[in-house]
Amino acid sequence: MVFNPIQIVPELYQLLLILALFFQSLGDGSDTPPAERWLPFFAGFGIFVCIVSWGAEGLLFGGAYKIDALSQFIKLAISAGFYVTVLNASRQPSLEERKRPDYFMFLALSAWGLMILSSAVELITIYLALEISSYSLYAVIPLRNTGGLGDKRAAEAGIKYILFGAVATALALYGFSYILASQHTSYISQLALRTWTWEGAPMAVVGLSLFLGGMFYKLALFPFHFWCPDVYQGASNETAGFVATLPKLGAVVVLVRLATLLKPGLEITTLLAVLGAASMTYGNLCALAQKDLKRLLGFSSVAHAGYIMVGLVSGTAMGLSAAVFYALAYLVMNLLCFWVISRVASDGRNLQLDDLNGLYKRAPALAFALGVGAFALVGLPPTIGFMGKFFLITSAWDHGYNWLVITLVVNSAIAIYYYLGLVRHAYTHEAGEDVPTPDNSAFSICGATLLAALVLVLGMVPGRVFDFAIMAGKQLLP
Amino acid sequence: MEFGYPVLTTLIVFPLLAAAGLFFIKSPQVTRAYTMGASILELILAIPLFTFKHNAEWQFVERAHWVPQWGLEYHLAVDGISYLMVMLTLAILPLCVMCSWTYISKRVKEFHFCLLFMTAACVGVFAALDFVLFYVFWEAMLIPMYLLIAVWGGDQRRYASLKFFLYTLAGSTLLLAAIVAFRITGGTFSIPELMQFPFTFQFQFWTFLAMALAFAIKVPMFPFHTWLPAAHVQAPSAGSVILAAVLLKMGTYGFLRFCLPLTPAASEYFAPLMIAISIASILYGGAIALGQEDIKKLVAYSSVGHMGFVTLGIFLFNQRGVEGALFQMLNHGIITGALFMMIGCVYERSHSRQIVDNMGLGKYLPAFMGFWGLYALASLGFPGTNGFVGEMLVFTGAFQKSYIVGAFLVPGALLGAAYMFRVSLKMAWGQPSSAKTWPDLNTREWAYLLIPAAFVFYIGLAPGFFFKLIDPSVEKLVGDFKQRNTVEQKVTAEAVPAAVAAVVVPAEPVNN
Repeated sequence: MVFNPIQIVPELYQLLLILALFFQSLGDGSDTPPAERWLPFFAGFGIFVCIVSWGAEGLLFGGAYKIDALSQFIKLAISAGFYVTVLNASRQPSLEERKRPDYFMFLALSAWGLMILSSAVELITIYLALEISSYSLYAVIPLRNTGGLGDKRAAEAGIKYILFGAVATALALYGFSYILASQHTSYISQLALRTWTWEGAPMAVVGLSLFLGGMFYKLALFPFHFWCPDVYQGASNETAGFVATLPKLGAVVVLVRLATLLKPGLEITTLLAVLGAASMTYGNLCALAQKDLKRLLGFSSVAHAGYIMVGLVSGTAMGLSAAVFYALAYLVMNLLCFWVISRVASDGRNLQLDDLNGLYKRAPALAFALGVGAFALVGLPPTIGFMGKFFLITSAWDHGYNWLVITLVVNSAIAIYYYLGLVRHAYTHEAGEDVPTPDNSAFSICGATLLAALVLVLGMVPGRVFDFAIMAGKQLLP
Repeated sequence: MEFGYPVLTTLIVFPLLAAAGLFFIKSPQVTRAYTMGASILELILAIPLFTFKHNAEWQFVERAHWVPQWGLEYHLAVDGISYLMVMLTLAILPLCVMCSWTYISKRVKEFHFCLLFMTAACVGVFAALDFVLFYVFWEAMLIPMYLLIAVWGGDQRRYASLKFFLYTLAGSTLLLAAIVAFRITGGTFSIPELMQFPFTFQFQFWTFLAMALAFAIKVPMFPFHTWLPAAHVQAPSAGSVILAAVLLKMGTYGFLRFCLPLTPAASEYFAPLMIAISIASILYGGAIALGQEDIKKLVAYSSVGHMGFVTLGIFLFNQRGVEGALFQMLNHGIITGALFMMIGCVYERSHSRQIVDNMGLGKYLPAFMGFWGLYALASLGFPGTNGFVGEMLVFTGAFQKSYIVGAFLVPGALLGAAYMFRVSLKMAWGQPSSAKTWPDLNTREWAYLLIPAAFVFYIGLAPGFFFKLIDPSVEKLVGDFKQRNTVEQKVTAEAVPAAVAAVVVPAEPVNN
């Protein structure tokens, strides 16, 4: 196969950004414009690059790297998400000026790894891409200057993330060896033709389960979720905004590709369904008791990881499309929530629920955006969260996992309590003493409004975007 | 028929646009006047609805693709049943604006935003013929209602609003599952098409339960009613009015629109249970109302009783019963709405909702007490008022069904008279009077109390027009129900032995 660089322009462009940031990080920063000034423009241009390479298709690097509708869809989402997180992080109060080029370089590197992940169709490639995206995050998470208060939370979060990540990836690699030994190939397209029943290939089933563990770690699915609330809490608001959103997208795309192996009724599919049910229930129940906003969102993301499983286990093209769409919905909703959190905590502190008190008065636009985000996360119409959830359960109904669908809808009822808590504090409580002063600049309000509008508009007319998701799903499971 | 604009869509979109326009207004007084103007304009926009033809067809149909990949449609239309509810919703809005003119003094803009948003969503609920579209409006309406209670409510507003939200949302999550099940089994989200589809009894059994839970919480029926008194008592007047007049109707509307046509066999199967619960609601609501010291709580519990009449009428499955249910829905909207406005009125004077703080008004506030007396009589179903028509029809239907059911209603109606007289007598002549310095009704209050009064008498004395309006749809509903119900039973009668023979029940819908 002829290698055509045009097909991987988004990746190359991202690599270029990384190199530029790398060279800037070498200097002392006195003769270059600060990274947060120029990077947003170039990251925004990255979205354009992804749109240009939208229709590309091909199989590169010895069949290990596939450019298709799914990968381009996800790459676009990643570059858009990267753009938003860069904008979000450009005013990060808890990061020293001289560390910024490094910080952004690692973020870009992680996004780059995720882009590769979205195209990887071979297990080793997947593994490598996963490591690229994880390793850079290991470095980013402790980068939080909490003002010399002796708060070691950020370092603790970093260590937790590394240790947990190391174990998970080691497990994945171990599982990979089983798969290779049993099925004699590491290409997903080949693997899809093999048997995956317990009777037929017990070793491969064990291997795949372990390999999936690596993805579950990224996705923060129960029981690989323990890092999630701690890391969100320890990392700065802006970093958490990245960790909570983009890596999930990467994990979902791999799971969607691997889901072509999982026919309903297989033991491993049922295992996925059970983990999904456990994850959503556990995440929601734990979130009920949280006071720290980021911990709350951490547990909420554990629950959302469970929701995505509903689409994956249905074993239909529609199910996969719904999972991809939901991942996108999750991305947008969380970007919105973290945008608001970062703007409200203008001094870089960790927000408690009580810090939101009276937000409607101090920052009406941000309060409204937070409300939209919270209701979207619950899955109330007319938001993208509702549409995503609705597509998930419609695609999964009558494919053997109806109990999972019921679990999902019951969980929405549990979840309403704590999401409503955000709205309740923002709208019905009066502000106490020592509440942070929210950032009411045009920049902050515009970002919040645009993201909120995106959540609402995609909730009302999701047809166009969903077309792309379906296109992606149909290519995987014709 | 052409009016130059899509009527139902306009009725939904216009309040939203008007709500958006609120953000450009600064002064609270202008906000009130603006919303008042918008609500009257909304009524003017609804004038084409008066060309409604008195038959059972879907009218004012609007249909467009929404998400074609999933077969979602933007499908609006009204028949006799929903027509009435849409009208009620539209008529309530200006009254709500008027009755909160002085009652609401903080965050006026946001308050009216919620009112307008609410109206749009409510019209949507009653006009939607796509199941998902219905659900979207059904849920969307929770948010403004939550805010109405949580921001402008009384002392325990947070508790009440949260309880309201949790209850109703928990109920409707299973409704969503049922909607999806209908789509997968019936192949469409279109409600009129689903009404033709023969579902198996097993399927109907589970979907009926899922839907009935959602609707029973909304109505609310007896064991699920506890959110209602809390919400009513804490909500501001306008919130209570919308809650009583429109929101509760959504539950009973759901029974009429979905349970009876879509799951006829299961409705028949569960009818004894539903009738029993309805009677329990009537008796329980009445008995509890008898012991209340808080006027608003009393009216809230009376709502539970009145809505019991509605659900009872629905599950009698005869013409009179369903007609009675519809009349009762309309009447309860008018009467209870008016009673809540009156409570708001007197609360502005006494700053208390306790009966003991509002006694002896007869001498000092004759106009107020006159209106109160009228609505209290209408509430207990006094002949000549609209309450009588609805209750009478339900009674007739109940006795047609069985004497026992009818016999249970008699104490229910008596209780209604008892609690209404108790509170009214105390308010009129109780001693000591607390009203010596209070002014009687002003012009604005006269205005918003006269309008419902006109309807009380109009429906009470000449209900013919409304019969003409609803009868074709009710006949069709009951006729379809009878016909589909017998077909279903035949199908299940044949299917069951086969299923028993195969040991495993095939294609069980919900329970996997």
